[in-house]
Amino acid sequence: MDFFTLANLSYLVSAALFIFGLKRLQSPATARSGNFMAAVGMTIAIIVTLLETNFANWQMILVGGIIGALIGSISARAVQMTNMPQMVGIFNGFGGGASALVAISEFLRYLGDPSITMPGDSGVSIILGTLIGAVTFSGSMVAFAKLQNWMTGAPITWPLQKSLNSTLLLSILALGTYVVFFDMNPTVFLVLLGLALVLGVTSVIPIGGADMPVVISLLNSYSGLAAAAAGFVVNNNVLIISGSLVGASGLILTNIMCVGMNRSLANVLFGAVGTADVVAGSVGAGDAAGTVRDVSAEEAGMILAYAKSVIFVPGYGMAVAQAQHAVRELADVLKNRGVDVKYAVHPVAGRMPGHMNVLLAEANVPYDELYDMDDINHAFPTTTVAVVIGANDVVNPAARHDTTSPLYGMPILNVDEAEHIIVLKRSMRAGFAGVENELFFHPKTMMLFGDAKDSVQAMVTEAKSA
Amino acid sequence: MPEALLNNLYIFVLAMFTGFEVITKVPPLLHTPLMSGSNAISGISVVGAIIIVAAATQAVLPGIWGGNTLILVLGVIAVTMGMINVAGGFLVTDRMLEMFKKKPEAN
Repeated sequence: MDFFTLANLSYLVSAALFIFGLKRLQSPATARSGNFMAAVGMTIAIIVTLLETNFANWQMILVGGIIGALIGSISARAVQMTNMPQMVGIFNGFGGGASALVAISEFLRYLGDPSITMPGDSGVSIILGTLIGAVTFSGSMVAFAKLQNWMTGAPITWPLQKSLNSTLLLSILALGTYVVFFDMNPTVFLVLLGLALVLGVTSVIPIGGADMPVVISLLNSYSGLAAAAAGFVVNNNVLIISGSLVGASGLILTNIMCVGMNRSLANVLFGAVGTADVVAGSVGAGDAAGTVRDVSAEEAGMILAYAKSVIFVPGYGMAVAQAQHAVRELADVLKNRGVDVKYAVHPVAGRMPGHMNVLLAEANVPYDELYDMDDINHAFPTTTVAVVIGANDVVNPAARHDTTSPLYGMPILNVDEAEHIIVLKRSMRAGFAGVENELFFHPKTMMLFGDAKDSVQAMVTEAKSA
Repeated sequence: MPEALLNNLYIFVLAMFTGFEVITKVPPLLHTPLMSGSNAISGISVVGAIIIVAAATQAVLPGIWGGNTLILVLGVIAVTMGMINVAGGFLVTDRMLEMFKKKPEAN
């Protein structure tokens, strides 16, 4: 067997390890070993590539590799769980950037060597790799800046936004066709690259903070597709396979997020998500005139202490207030008193898919107490108290019955069916969609205003002494 | 259509289907680790970057925008970015998955 065959067989082993690894993510009990298997697959792929290229230029590769590994491992250790969306966001960007650079370098290779002509199929792969990679890179950087609060999380909009984005995309494709089939002009290629970077920015910048789960998932998918495109460029199977796995994963998550928000993928793709006019249109529809009943933390702690069952509904507000540890403490106190405690997690709660689950796991909440929307909604009618911590739109009953509400049709957690509802909130400000939440005016609802962490800690003290 | 492209397309489409099958069954509980883990896997572009850097020495190209040097620099940046993804992605996923625990039996 020659080395080429051996190398390809090893790539096959890598690809199989990636698939097995992802499969093991189907259960929290096997997930950690699955991640390890994927890491082994990656190590094999890297070593085989080094062997296959005869360690040419290994010093340079080593330098780049060590710098990258250092940055990666240091940030992996240092990042707070609350900041996972940013971390994943910027990593998406690096993946896209790396793939784009592979495509660009390959273009330069053809450009620099007049003795070889660029075949049409390689050309198409190079253009697609550059386009997807560059859009992923710049788009992810904007997403990162928004999540990190380096820029406003509010949607930034301008007239003719959609036309601009489609014009950009069409221009890029036209320039690409020209470069591949007519003239390998470096200037045209550079313009194409520049436009792709601009497109990444203009497609993410109009999207608001709470819609980030969709954007992050979509960029995750793009980063995979970019890697697959890079695989087409260098004709490498393991790149294509891994890239498509990630592409598929991101698309599935994007779809789940869209369903969770009751938005179509097209609606997201063309940048109409959370635009200013949606917000403006919905505020006018607010007819939630009513009285709000507020409650002190002491009183709330008392109610919980004497409840039979409690469901906590965490939202982004819990992450912002870093209240997850206090919530777990409260749950422990309640459990010791014999209260049945569960957590209800909406698919789009937080800033990325599964964000709340990770935060609660960090606070040592056992994962068998975390319930998905579909598994918990039936339990609310028999629950004494539902405690909403920094969640808003995902618990708005208007989504069920008010056809004029922009939230109408969105699947929600039916907390209003619980016997009592306690809502922890900083102020009466409307949620991301700019919609008044009729839950806050519900006769069964008690509002507990203030910082979520402080409120929960006060409730712990009260429940302990009850 | 060239044979290589055709083969690549076959692999691409079949791997997409495999991905859909495997990943649809990942519970929402693990969606964040799924994202960071798949992020690490998309760091596979480091393999492409290594091929690029290695090829930059094997072929001697006439200088366009610095020719080889430019390709080398871009390739090394790509290796760095890819490795950030690989190392950071797998480590942070491991860190997260370690936190997911079942209810202790004793309680």
